[in-house]
Amino acid sequence: MDTTAQRKMETERSEPAGPSQSSSPRLTLTGISKSFPGVRALHDVSLSLYPGQVTALIGENGAGKSTLVKIMTGIYQPDAGEIGIDGQATTLPSAHAAFGHGITAIHQETVLFDDLSVAENIFLGHAPRTRFGTIDWRTMRKNAREVLETMRAGHIDADARLKDLGIANKHLVAVARAMSIDAQIVIMDEPTAALSMKEIEELFLLIEFLKSESKAVLFISHKFDEIYRIADRYTVFRDGEMVGEGLLKDTGQNEIVRMMVGRNVDHIFPRREPKIGAPVLSVSGLSHPTEFDDIGFELRKGEILGFYGLVGAGRSEVMQAIAGITRTSRGLISLDGKTIAPKSAADSIEAGIVYVPEERGKQGVVIGLPIFQNVSLPSLARTSKSGVLKLAEEFALARSYTERLDLRASSLSQDVGTLSGGNQQKVVIAKWLATTPKVIILDEPTKGIDIGSKAAVHGFMAELVAQGLSVIMVSSELPEILGMSDRVVVMREGRIAATYDNKGLDAETLVRTAAGIAA
Amino acid sequence: MKSFLKYRELWLLAGIVVLIGLISTRFPGFADPANLRQVFNDTSILMILALGQMVVILTRSIDLSMASNLCFTGMVVAMLNAAHPAIPIPVLIVIALLIGLVLGAINGLLVWRLNIPSIVVTLGTLTIYRGATFVVSGGAWVNADQMSPDFINFQRAALLGLPVLSWIAIIVISLFFLVMTRTQIGRSIYAIGVNPTASVYAGIDVGRTKFIVFCISGMIGGLAGYLWISRYVIASVEVANGYELNIIAACVIGGISIAGGIGSVGGAVLGALFLGIISNALPVINISPFWQMAISGSAIILAVVLNARGERRQGRIILRKAEAA
Repeated sequence: MDTTAQRKMETERSEPAGPSQSSSPRLTLTGISKSFPGVRALHDVSLSLYPGQVTALIGENGAGKSTLVKIMTGIYQPDAGEIGIDGQATTLPSAHAAFGHGITAIHQETVLFDDLSVAENIFLGHAPRTRFGTIDWRTMRKNAREVLETMRAGHIDADARLKDLGIANKHLVAVARAMSIDAQIVIMDEPTAALSMKEIEELFLLIEFLKSESKAVLFISHKFDEIYRIADRYTVFRDGEMVGEGLLKDTGQNEIVRMMVGRNVDHIFPRREPKIGAPVLSVSGLSHPTEFDDIGFELRKGEILGFYGLVGAGRSEVMQAIAGITRTSRGLISLDGKTIAPKSAADSIEAGIVYVPEERGKQGVVIGLPIFQNVSLPSLARTSKSGVLKLAEEFALARSYTERLDLRASSLSQDVGTLSGGNQQKVVIAKWLATTPKVIILDEPTKGIDIGSKAAVHGFMAELVAQGLSVIMVSSELPEILGMSDRVVVMREGRIAATYDNKGLDAETLVRTAAGIAA
Repeated sequence: MKSFLKYRELWLLAGIVVLIGLISTRFPGFADPANLRQVFNDTSILMILALGQMVVILTRSIDLSMASNLCFTGMVVAMLNAAHPAIPIPVLIVIALLIGLVLGAINGLLVWRLNIPSIVVTLGTLTIYRGATFVVSGGAWVNADQMSPDFINFQRAALLGLPVLSWIAIIVISLFFLVMTRTQIGRSIYAIGVNPTASVYAGIDVGRTKFIVFCISGMIGGLAGYLWISRYVIASVEVANGYELNIIAACVIGGISIAGGIGSVGGAVLGALFLGIISNALPVINISPFWQMAISGSAIILAVVLNARGERRQGRIILRKAEAA
């Protein structure tokens, strides 16, 4: 956004943002800390929500936003810190307790009941009763209609099945539910992620309505235009710490970007001297009906190509198409000059492209199987002869790759479920390396693992490219993108926004390109 | 997980030993090797069927049509034998395997190609295969006097001190053990049961693997069809009616998780033996049929509770990982 537009926005905002600018906060979190085994999710963070105001919570992935929401909704308990509601110190030992305090959250995928009616969803758990203790359907429908009317959402039929509504209307129902319990604090966790432009406008009208009702709203979004459009205050998180807060009308976008990305160097990336050769993988015009369009790039031998973008920019979807897991409508993929058209993951693996998925638990390790069987899973065709496994070879394969990755386990027959997150990640990488690929695609390779394991994964990536492999690294962590990549592709809304050489590239440029903010 | 599984199978083995001990106090000859051999032989068909069901359950599916498949295939081979007594028994067994394979492949194709849940597919074919038995037989029975002596006596012949039926069970158990521990398909069956998504990424064809397990359970149903008819020497539309539940019960008692991915050949065999002992031995010591049912029912619930506890423990590990991530 250029400065004139910014000034224009500031003048638009010159009148007081809410009726109670100076009033005391409704919810205060003070000095909250939360750790998980091996990961410090939040450290001494504070946040205040004011009645009649929208506070935007801003931060990269992994900054600790979701953990904070879970603490506010009673799902997690903080290790330290205080929660105050209307000035009174309190605890939120359960989701039920948070609900009782009038705290309600609206998630990206709304947690409601598809097969119940709108009225039932609004009043589930606190439905009006008749004298005999049965549900008073007539009053419930009437009340539901009233709530929807006051929200200017009278177009929603209180008797409709929830599953017949669009996502935007589901959000409206969720808010109606919040209204029906007289919720005072409404948390919206990336509510616009799956909405169309028109639906976003409707959601904003609804947020304006909540403000006029003196509700305190926490709005989590990656999109700067939305934040400046709807929020009054901001709080920026980085690596689990609060790094800034204030009024949006006093703060420019670039300043917030700087707060998001500026950081202490807590991690040294391996130094390497890239020996980059001829193109190995080239992709052109790759398109999918709904997820991405006209994707084209080249990956060269010995190169680490970073893919940066906001969540939902389509990076993983492109990689899954290259890995044969999803089909494309159009486009060419060629490997070593030969066009390939992978129809399944097995095809891609055989051609020499492997995809290490993001969700380690769901897509990566097979908990319940021992380590060596996890490692050999995609290589079974090679470690068996006409369908019969050669156990000794299988074991040797697993041993050689897990040793190279410095896996800490007492035995390779141990269930992977007993390993730490970092070690599980090593098992996943070992399993893909064992297929001897030419191209390895790592999707968020260090998400949620501790610093030590991160360094091991980075060191190993450097070793891989030194051996002539080519790596695509999808990552939302800027230091990782800047520290490891030779070139960076930035995607935005399913398209490639820019490709940069990683020479003197800075984090702010990447964030601006990904968010579509002009410099 | 593996060590816990072994632990659970040892529990089941201990339970069987205690059961045998208890029965021996009332019926002293029960623990004699000769009698135990008899119990094993009596349970052979159930053990074979439980193994066929096990591979299906491991992939998060279920085959409710096995008993109907058994009934249909048994009827067809019995009618073939009655009409052409000259067909050698090994040929009849191959025919039974092939008919069973076709019936299983029908289940498998519906599950694989049309993506219908297996419980729905096999609930349908359960009825269809039994109906087809009526169609081929016209509702008539094939009696012992219509069957050739070879047909009846093949499984009863003694070989190295055991009847052929017991040997067939031993061969099937060994084959399943090898397939489940030493082959690519065995490994794929466990992998897709534990984590279908990760299996897709690893290049395993989940649909095709499910097709294969239904072919296996179908062949087992067909084999059991011949064995059942020649053992009880009567083929009718009513044969093994409702027996699919005994087969599933044997699997559940044997520690095979209905949620898929967890279970072993040893567990399925022990589960079947447990049920076999209860149904064969309790009448001998004058325990009423009501108690037989109550004991097998309790065993099922006990097994499910142990299963659930095992899975919950695993779940907590996953949850901790998810939080950390």
